[in-house]
Amino acid sequence: MTRQTAPISALSRPTITFGLLLGMFVVLPAVLQALGISFSLGTEILIIALFAMSYNILLGTTGLASFGHAAFFGSGAYAVGIAQNYGIDGAATGLAVAFAAGLCAALLVGLLVMKKRGIYFGLLTLAFGQMFYIVALRWDGLTGGETGLTGLRRPAPFGLNLNDQLTFYYFILAIFMVALWVIWRITHSPFGSLLAAIKSNELRTQYLGYDTARYKLAAMAISGALSGLAGGLYAWFQYAAYPQNLFWIESGNIVILTLLGGGLSSFFGPILGAAVFVGAQDLISSYTEHWMFFFGLIFILVVTAFPNGLPEALARFASVLRRSSGSASEPASSAHVAPARGTAP
Amino acid sequence: MSSLKTENLSVQFGAVKPVDDVSVEIAAGRLTSIIGPNGAGKTSFFNLLTGLYQPTRGKVFFDGQDVTRMPVHQKVRAGLTRTFQILNVFDTLTVEENIRAAVQRRHGRSAYLFCAPDRHGPVEDELSAVIERVRLQEKRKVRACDLSHGHRRHLEIGLSLATRPKTLLLDEPMSGLGMYESSVMGEFVRELAQELTVVLVEHHMSVVLSISDTILVLSQGRLLASGTPAEIQASPLVQAAYLGTGRYDLPQERAAHA
Repeated sequence: MTRQTAPISALSRPTITFGLLLGMFVVLPAVLQALGISFSLGTEILIIALFAMSYNILLGTTGLASFGHAAFFGSGAYAVGIAQNYGIDGAATGLAVAFAAGLCAALLVGLLVMKKRGIYFGLLTLAFGQMFYIVALRWDGLTGGETGLTGLRRPAPFGLNLNDQLTFYYFILAIFMVALWVIWRITHSPFGSLLAAIKSNELRTQYLGYDTARYKLAAMAISGALSGLAGGLYAWFQYAAYPQNLFWIESGNIVILTLLGGGLSSFFGPILGAAVFVGAQDLISSYTEHWMFFFGLIFILVVTAFPNGLPEALARFASVLRRSSGSASEPASSAHVAPARGTAP
Repeated sequence: MSSLKTENLSVQFGAVKPVDDVSVEIAAGRLTSIIGPNGAGKTSFFNLLTGLYQPTRGKVFFDGQDVTRMPVHQKVRAGLTRTFQILNVFDTLTVEENIRAAVQRRHGRSAYLFCAPDRHGPVEDELSAVIERVRLQEKRKVRACDLSHGHRRHLEIGLSLATRPKTLLLDEPMSGLGMYESSVMGEFVRELAQELTVVLVEHHMSVVLSISDTILVLSQGRLLASGTPAEIQASPLVQAAYLGTGRYDLPQERAAHA
């Protein structure tokens, strides 16, 4: 392998990073407003970032490339919608239902694919993901078929009016920060260190007495549950659950933006990937409907030149700037990627 | 009392039989070496013993129990583990993270989700002891991929020791080491054999002959001979097949492994 990630225990000031992230996301609505962009762009970035962070428990931490993760995201979205149609409302129950749906879906798929490796694992997750899509498409009575479940309501926790875009944004931000802390804690726990060992060398991990399939299944379950949670938030966000939320293109998007953000070597990278992806989608699609073509170009350029994604690109760019200007000041835009693991040039 | 016993152990891949009808007993608490030319089936034999390969025929017993179909991780838990000829450590992790991954299982820590991995006293004490044992104190915070070859060999053995084996299979622990390092490693292996059953696959004949209690000779997947070092050295059959006449270190084989 080429350059490797820094050791998991060598965390560079996670508290500072968390503070910076929180600060940036707190002021993001003001920036969006100044640019004349809807707050909902920020909300979407947060939800997709949570999805990507959850996905990266599997890809970046455990080294398993799942190509069917939209199944878990979509399961969460549909679970919230179906629950509402059965009269189950409320923020806490909605979150619990979405989490549980993602968990169950991931356990189901995980039990079937966990013994497979590499490309077989990837292709099987892709196939199972598409089965969820087909079920959602055909089971009209439950899922609304092709139209999906529309007209969903946002909950009103503590009497908050979440139909107000700004309030909703901060509601999502609160959940995002808690979930992010949970993911960080799990990644940097004894369990997380085992996942890192499996990523590094699965056979050797077995020769330490570990039933690695179990650990991989547990990683899949946690990743799926949190993806489901993100999906539930997304159902509230779009007031709907659509079959597209389960579709393999969505699975592909999450792989792409996680890689773009440098998820293989950077813990916080997927957040950057999500911001760039959602932002680019919004920006480019206002000029051309072929936005994916241009985004694809960006993706190819970044990952071929910088295998560790945008954080590496920004770090290189910053070091070039520093050298040419002779000052030690760093561009503010790279502040939140600097402390991520393994991003040093 | 035997630690490991095989009955008619065989494995076949297509037309190739890397291990063919091998029945041996490996005595507990002794140092048994397995020698044989390249391709004799030594590593395949280890793979069969530890469960990485499933035998096409025959049985494996460990401590009197039939473990033929037991998966790798269960055998390790029962006290049987190995090292690898081609280095097999966690390259992306530091020395202490490597060893911690091995130690924390026996402390039931590996399912903990909400605490730091390195704050549990008993685990840290034990991993320090292992690191000291394999003489890597100076390298605790160094990533495995940045270690020298010799240190990686030490780490490889440390990883296996950290599982607290009753029986340890060492697959060419001296491969790639110089003369002096090899003799140090030989002493270390001899030391290990005071505490646990050691099975050693090795090409350094002078070391093997000086430290082993028993030697098994494999050739083309079959057991050719077994006995004490003196008996093996004296056996005309072994001399013809492997040792040659008076040349205990086979230079071309050592070069191939360097």
